[in-house]
Amino acid sequence: MSGIPHDHYEPKTNGEKWLNSRLPIVGLIYDTIMIPTPKNLNWWWIWGIVLAFCLALQIVTGIVLVMHYTPHVDLAFASIEHIMRNVNGGYMLRYLHMNGASLFFVAVYIHIFRGLFYGSYKAPREITWIIGMLIYLMMMGTAFMGYVLPWGQMSFWGATVITGLFGAIPFVGDAIQTWLLGGPAVDNATLNRFFSLHYLLPFVIAALVVVHIWAFHTTGNNNPTGVEVRRGSKAEAEKDTLPFWPYFVIKDLFALAVILVVFWAVVGFMPNYLGHPDNYIEANPLVTPAHIVPEWYFLPFYAILRAFTGEVWVVQFASFITGGIIDAKFFGVLAMFGAILAMALAPWLDTSTVRSGKYRPMFKWWFYLLIIDFFALMWLGAMPAEEPYATFSLIASAYWFAYFFVILPILGVIEKPDAQPETIEEDFNAHYGKADADATPAE
Amino acid sequence: MFKKLAIGAAFALALTPAASYAAGGGEQHIEDFHFSFEGPFGTWDKHQLQRGLQIYTEVCAACHGLQYVPLRDLEALGYSEEEVIAYAASNFEVFDPELDDFRPAIPTDHFPANNGVGAPDLSLMAKARAGFHGPYGLGINQLFKGMGGAEYIASLLDGYTGEEKEEAGTVLYENKAFPGGWISMAPPLSEDQVEFADGHPATVEAMSEDIAAFLMWTAEPKMMERKYSGFVGVLFLSVLSVLLYLVNKRLWAGVKGKKTV
Repeated sequence: MSGIPHDHYEPKTNGEKWLNSRLPIVGLIYDTIMIPTPKNLNWWWIWGIVLAFCLALQIVTGIVLVMHYTPHVDLAFASIEHIMRNVNGGYMLRYLHMNGASLFFVAVYIHIFRGLFYGSYKAPREITWIIGMLIYLMMMGTAFMGYVLPWGQMSFWGATVITGLFGAIPFVGDAIQTWLLGGPAVDNATLNRFFSLHYLLPFVIAALVVVHIWAFHTTGNNNPTGVEVRRGSKAEAEKDTLPFWPYFVIKDLFALAVILVVFWAVVGFMPNYLGHPDNYIEANPLVTPAHIVPEWYFLPFYAILRAFTGEVWVVQFASFITGGIIDAKFFGVLAMFGAILAMALAPWLDTSTVRSGKYRPMFKWWFYLLIIDFFALMWLGAMPAEEPYATFSLIASAYWFAYFFVILPILGVIEKPDAQPETIEEDFNAHYGKADADATPAE
Repeated sequence: MFKKLAIGAAFALALTPAASYAAGGGEQHIEDFHFSFEGPFGTWDKHQLQRGLQIYTEVCAACHGLQYVPLRDLEALGYSEEEVIAYAASNFEVFDPELDDFRPAIPTDHFPANNGVGAPDLSLMAKARAGFHGPYGLGINQLFKGMGGAEYIASLLDGYTGEEKEEAGTVLYENKAFPGGWISMAPPLSEDQVEFADGHPATVEAMSEDIAAFLMWTAEPKMMERKYSGFVGVLFLSVLSVLLYLVNKRLWAGVKGKKTV
C-alpha cells in the first residue's frame, strides 16, 4: 500500500522468493496487517472490527440456516419452526442470525456517527465515506429482505409497505413495484427473489468492505485529533503510528470480546426482545396487523418517511410547483432517501477546514443535538401516526436536514476553532507520554 | 478507559428499546405472574407442564391445534417413550396419505392442526403476543418483565368478567386482558373442570397459569438449552475479555507512560 512510509515485506528464503515473484500475496497480507495506524485512536475506533465480525457471523450462520430453510409461501414459516425445534443447535443459529442483524446496525450507526464527529469523511477520505454509505444502503436492503424470509405477519406487511414506496414514484411507480414483487402483490415470487438477493448481497457487501479498507489504507486512518500522520520519512511516521498488528488487533479483539458478552447475553436470555411478536404469526394477506412497525434500525428513517404528510406546507408547495407530480407519498419517499443522501454528501457540505469535532466549539453542540435527534426519530418511528407524534416527527426530520444542509456549511464559515496539536505524537504524549517523550515501541 | 467503554455500552443499549413498541390495546390489564422458567436461571416446572398438557388435551384441543409441535417432544416433559406412544394413540388421529385414511397418531406425528371453528393455532401463541409494552414506546417494561406472552395467556384465561353481549349474531365476552375488551371465545375454564393426578387444585387461576406455562414450552421448547448456551457463552467470553484486557494492557505498557499533563 502506498501512503504512510513503513517497512515492506522482503522474501528471504528461495521458496518465498519463488512465490513472491509469481503471486505477491504474502506481501499484500503483510502490508495490510502491518499498516501504520495513528497511535492515539480511542475506543470509538473499534467498531470497524465489530462490523467485520458481524458480516462474517451473518454469512456463516446464514449459510447453515439456508441448508434447512424452504423459500415457499406454504413452507417457509414451518421450516423456521423446523430449524427452531429439530435442527441441532438450530435455535442458537437462528437467534444469533436474528440478533446479529441488530448488533450489525448498532455497530454501523456508532461507526457512522464516529465518522461524523471526527470528520473522517473529509478530504482525502471521501471515497472511503461514499463506499461506507453504499455498504450501509446494501445492509438495509439485505436486512429488509432477510426479515421477509420467515414469512410472518410483519414480514409480509413490512414487505407490502416498503415495496409500496416504489409504487409512489410518478408515472412508472406501479410498473416498478410489480417488477420488484414479481406480480401484483407480495407472494411466492417475491419471497423467492428476496431469498436469492438476501443470499447474494452480503457477498457484494464483502467486496465493498475490501474496497472500503483499501481506500482508507491508502489515505491512512483518521484519528481523534484529525491531524494527519507525518509522512516526511519512515522515522517521522513511526513517531505518530504503531503497526496495526499487534497493537490494534489486540485492542480491537478485547473490545469485541466485551461487546460479545452483551450480545451473547441478549441471544441467550432475551432473544425476542428486539423482534416483533406478530412475526410469530404466519403471514396472512387477509389480516392486517394493528400497527405495522419496521425493525428498530429502520425506525429513524421510517419516521422521516411518515413525517411529510399532505398537511405540511413544504409538501403542498412541492405538489403545487410540480403540478401534483410530487404528492405527499412520493415526497415522503424522497425525504427518506434524501436523509441518507444528506449523510453521503457530508464531505462537500461541511465547509470547515478543521477535521475533528474536538476542536470545534460550536459544532460539538450541534452534533450532540443530531445524536439526540436520531434517537428521537427512532422513538417517533415506533409511535402511531397521530398527534403529537406527527408534529414532533416533522421537527426532528427538519433538524436532520438542517444539520447537513444549513448548519454544516455555515459553521465552517462562522466558527473559530480551538488550537489543535501539531502532531499525533504530541496528542498521544499529552495523554500517555513517557517522561522522556521517546515513544518508540518496546520490544 | 472503562468510563469510555461504559459510555459505549450505554450508547449501544440505548439504541435498542424503541424497537419493542407493539400493538397496544389501550385498556388491557396483564398481570405479572412469576413463572418458574423466567430469568436467566429459571427452569421448567415439569409437573406444571404436565398439568398444562392435560388441560390442553381435555379442554383446548377441542378447538385449537398445535401443528408445529411434534408429539415425540413430549418426552421433554418427563414422560417415558411408552407413555408418549400411548398418549399419542389414545388422543389424536391423523390423516395418512399412504393409507388414504385416518389412523391413530404416533410420536413422529405432530399435534394435529385444528381449523374447525377458526380458533388460532396455539403452538407459538406465547411468543406471538406481548403482555408488556412501553412505557411510552420505550420498551423498558419488556426489558425488566420480559415479553409477557405467557402472562398474556394466563391473564386472558383468568380475565373474564362474566359480562356478555351479542353483536352481529356473535356472542362476545368481556375480558380484561383482551385488546378492545371483548373476545369471541367463551370462558373455556371452570373450577374443577380437570382432575389432576397429582391432586393439584384446579381453580381457574391455577389452570390459567398451567396452560400458559405449557404454551410457553410449545412455543420455545429449547428455552433451557438456549439459556444454558447463553450462560456458557457469557462465561467464556467474560474470561476471554479479562485475558485480552491483560494482554492489551501489557502490550501497550511499553508505549504508554505516565501522563505528562
